[in-house]
Amino acid sequence: MKKIYFDNAATTRVKDKVVESMLPYFTEIYGNPSSVHGIGRDAKRALDTQRAAIAEMLGAKPREIFFTASGSEADNWAIKGVAGANAKKGKHIITSSIEHHAVLHTCKFLEGRGYEVTYLPVDSYGKVSVKDLEDAIRKDTILITIMHANNEIGTIQPIAEIGEIAKSKKIPFHTDAVQTVGTIPVNVNDLNVDMLSLSGHKIHAPKGIGVLYARSGRVGDNLLHGGAQESNKRAGTENIPYIVGLSTAMQMALENMELNTTRTKAMRDDIISFVMKNIDYVRLNGHPVDRLPGNVNISFEFVEGESLLLMLDMKGICASSGSACTSGSLDPSHVLLATGLTHEIAHGSVRFSLSDENTNEEVKYLKEVLPGILKTLRNISPLYNERKVR
Amino acid sequence: MYSDKVMDHFSNPRNVGAMENPDGVGQVGNAKCGDIMKIYLKIEDEVIVDVKFQTFGCAAAIASSSMATELIKGKTVDEALQVTNKAVAEALEGLPPAKVHCSLLAEEAIHAAIMDYRMKGDGSVENIKSCSGCCNACGMNEVETEHDEVG
Repeated sequence: MKKIYFDNAATTRVKDKVVESMLPYFTEIYGNPSSVHGIGRDAKRALDTQRAAIAEMLGAKPREIFFTASGSEADNWAIKGVAGANAKKGKHIITSSIEHHAVLHTCKFLEGRGYEVTYLPVDSYGKVSVKDLEDAIRKDTILITIMHANNEIGTIQPIAEIGEIAKSKKIPFHTDAVQTVGTIPVNVNDLNVDMLSLSGHKIHAPKGIGVLYARSGRVGDNLLHGGAQESNKRAGTENIPYIVGLSTAMQMALENMELNTTRTKAMRDDIISFVMKNIDYVRLNGHPVDRLPGNVNISFEFVEGESLLLMLDMKGICASSGSACTSGSLDPSHVLLATGLTHEIAHGSVRFSLSDENTNEEVKYLKEVLPGILKTLRNISPLYNERKVR
Repeated sequence: MYSDKVMDHFSNPRNVGAMENPDGVGQVGNAKCGDIMKIYLKIEDEVIVDVKFQTFGCAAAIASSSMATELIKGKTVDEALQVTNKAVAEALEGLPPAKVHCSLLAEEAIHAAIMDYRMKGDGSVENIKSCSGCCNACGMNEVETEHDEVG
């Protein structure tokens, strides 16, 4: 059976061109950039070139780009680094209640180390209020970290506006842009951010490569200690092939962004409007307009997400869910609950995340099979049979 | 993740649906936890002659309900009370550790339906376990695992 991959917010297929660009750096230019000899110098040259290219794509300077092994590492480093370096100044951090766990659990960790964290609420669309954020700022606030767009519901936050406030109060501002770099325009100056995390595998580069951008190269404390790599800030031999792959993937994403956005948005809106029109008892999660071009997140009442995912999988369609049964915990997604969804409705949520590699034929197939799957599961469900007709 | 048997009973559940004038109905679990099971019994001379179920929940919950109905169909009420969650899980060729509570819910649903039947009849409720009504009963809270991040 042909597989249809609608889970691009989880990870993406590495593009053939990206793989091609990486290959010479495994077998030919395999040197350690710290070595003095020719093969090492060739690797160093590649590292410098790609760092400059990535910096330029983000509106940054090369010395502001630090390579990491993942988006999670970049988030951890940004938060722990600033917290550690500013402990004497203050111990208050502001974040939102719908951050990725790489941010949330890092904040929780710091709470255990004597830091205070404000978790800003979001509205029913998953948006942070700029006013709430302004009100939460204290004299001892040392960091604001708010994600650019949410991985589950796709809501895009008013980052530039928040950055404006952070700048005026001189508080370092970090954003987790793992879902946005390569998908929507990201320029560190337009967004007024001091730090930004990104990840390769969400944009058709391999897993295991990320970047922390830090304005003027200020990253606070090291997360990894050891060699002098990354201006003495992040130890570990640089992963040249993956850095090359990330750079290629970013270039491809940027070159095709307008076309990709138009195509992906059209498929996204096609799925959303089809479901709204043809399936009853559904709810669109996330913001109707300020949303990632490839994000569809819908709650189907009276059914449970894991069942829905498995039925879709039997038809060859890959998606994901915010239900508890797929999370390994008893609670459904913290993001959906933060938008005010009840547990019941959050259990029946499904995310379809599209990329430029999806096609209209795939969307058409989804529209063909989805109503039947819902009908089957709702026939089994006592809740659908006992529903109060609205 | 799931055995072939679970996938079979999930994709082709046996005895699905509601029942007109059942002799006993039991419902356990709640929507907040993400699992609800409802079992309907038709009983003649203490023998379960027909059984139906409706379930809101994951694949393991649906498969457990389906298997439970198969295991008690044609049995006497007393025999049905002997069907344990372990028997349900074994008949399904095993369940992942995080899903064992689904089989417990099936056992509880059988007991709840028989309780309803007995309360309408002679009122004898020995050997019938009552359910607390929430999946907390199975102790899942204590083994809550780390959130496996998707995206």
